[in-house]
Amino acid sequence: MGIVSRAFSGRSREHDPNLPPGQYLTEDFPVLSAGPTPEVDTADWEFTIRSESGQVHRWSWDELHALPIDDVGTDIHCVTRWSKLGTSWRGVSLDTLFADVDTSFEYVMAHSYGGYTTNVPLDDLLDGKAWIAFEFDGEGLEPEHGGPARLLVPHLYFWKSAKWIRGLVMMEDDDPGFWEQNGYHIYGDPWLEQRYW
Amino acid sequence: MDWEVGTVIETSTQTPTARSLTLDVPSWPGNIAGQHIDLRLTAEDGYTAVRSYSLASSGPDSRLELAVDKLPTGEVSPYLVDVALPGDQLELRGPLGGWFVWRPEEPGSVQPVAVQLIAGGSGIVPLMAMIRSHAVSASLAPFRLLYSVRTPDDVFYAEELARLEKESDLLAVTYVYTRRTPPGWPVPAGRITDSALESAAFPATDAPAVFVCGPTGFVENLATRLVALGHDPADVKTERFGGA
Repeated sequence: MGIVSRAFSGRSREHDPNLPPGQYLTEDFPVLSAGPTPEVDTADWEFTIRSESGQVHRWSWDELHALPIDDVGTDIHCVTRWSKLGTSWRGVSLDTLFADVDTSFEYVMAHSYGGYTTNVPLDDLLDGKAWIAFEFDGEGLEPEHGGPARLLVPHLYFWKSAKWIRGLVMMEDDDPGFWEQNGYHIYGDPWLEQRYW
Repeated sequence: MDWEVGTVIETSTQTPTARSLTLDVPSWPGNIAGQHIDLRLTAEDGYTAVRSYSLASSGPDSRLELAVDKLPTGEVSPYLVDVALPGDQLELRGPLGGWFVWRPEEPGSVQPVAVQLIAGGSGIVPLMAMIRSHAVSASLAPFRLLYSVRTPDDVFYAEELARLEKESDLLAVTYVYTRRTPPGWPVPAGRITDSALESAAFPATDAPAVFVCGPTGFVENLATRLVALGHDPADVKTERFGGA
């Protein structure tokens, strides 16, 4: 136990088992981003997956919406310590998008409009664990929250759920993305409090 | 990264709802201007609350400075603003963050990059670290600060900013008052207008490094307008304050 802070009592001790260590609940939807919000027109939007062979799988906005769409209910956890429980999203599962992708590489770099990147192991994107999401709470995803579409990988800290997603590139090694080069953990499991280097 | 222990050395009222705290942290490795820390409070039963705070200080010194605005429904900020006293020990971890930072250029650099700072309210804190770092360095980078506050009473570091601006030809400070101006102020209270942005800030053609810090809505608004004015999005770094 740490040093007791004189005259600090803190909030109520009702512990929610869905809250990872060091997190607090919020009803808001705070924003964390490193620069301006890019303006992305869905008419020009596309999402790609590129494998080591150089083959590129490509979806337009309409093509993405023609795929099976999942309703996703999940908790989200930001490294800046807020968590939001029971959020609802709609999007296309990465299992669907990876169905025809032939790769032996085990890591993925997510690239966003605006230049943001984040690295994720492929295993963390498959088996119903990740989506390309374009609706939040029954509405189209707001630009400041990553619209028109963002990666949603809710079992990792939320910086891994890249806003303004543009594409995924398969990688042989687990190279660090943007925040991972700027002080955040390479993997980011909220239950293990993998916040920083 | 381990938790380190800091002792409160001094507190200073900044605004009616905010104060700065100087902590002595003997094990502090030093920090770059713009970085932040995690600060942990522990109750007698072991319950802990952790929040992130930007540092207003930088460099190798073991004395750190935070400046904290009290969020009425907050858990940690009211403690730091109203309760903590000199002599109290606080736990912290850092320095954190490698993106929203400014370093003086290497001596002899051909063309130092101009720096445009834009603060909303307590968003001044990491920008103050940059202004102070600049003031004690040999940097020749011109600095401009555009600082949006509700009223004249809400300015953090008012005297120090006035002094630093007077002492340096490289620093210019412009205030925008959103609710109430000082007597005789030439423009009515209101948000940062396009003309204020264009007259007070370096133009995009100067390709300044831009740092915007404040509440989410403020940062979102300013960053979008800067890009519309021609600033390269890659030159605009943002930090948003939220949560409690």
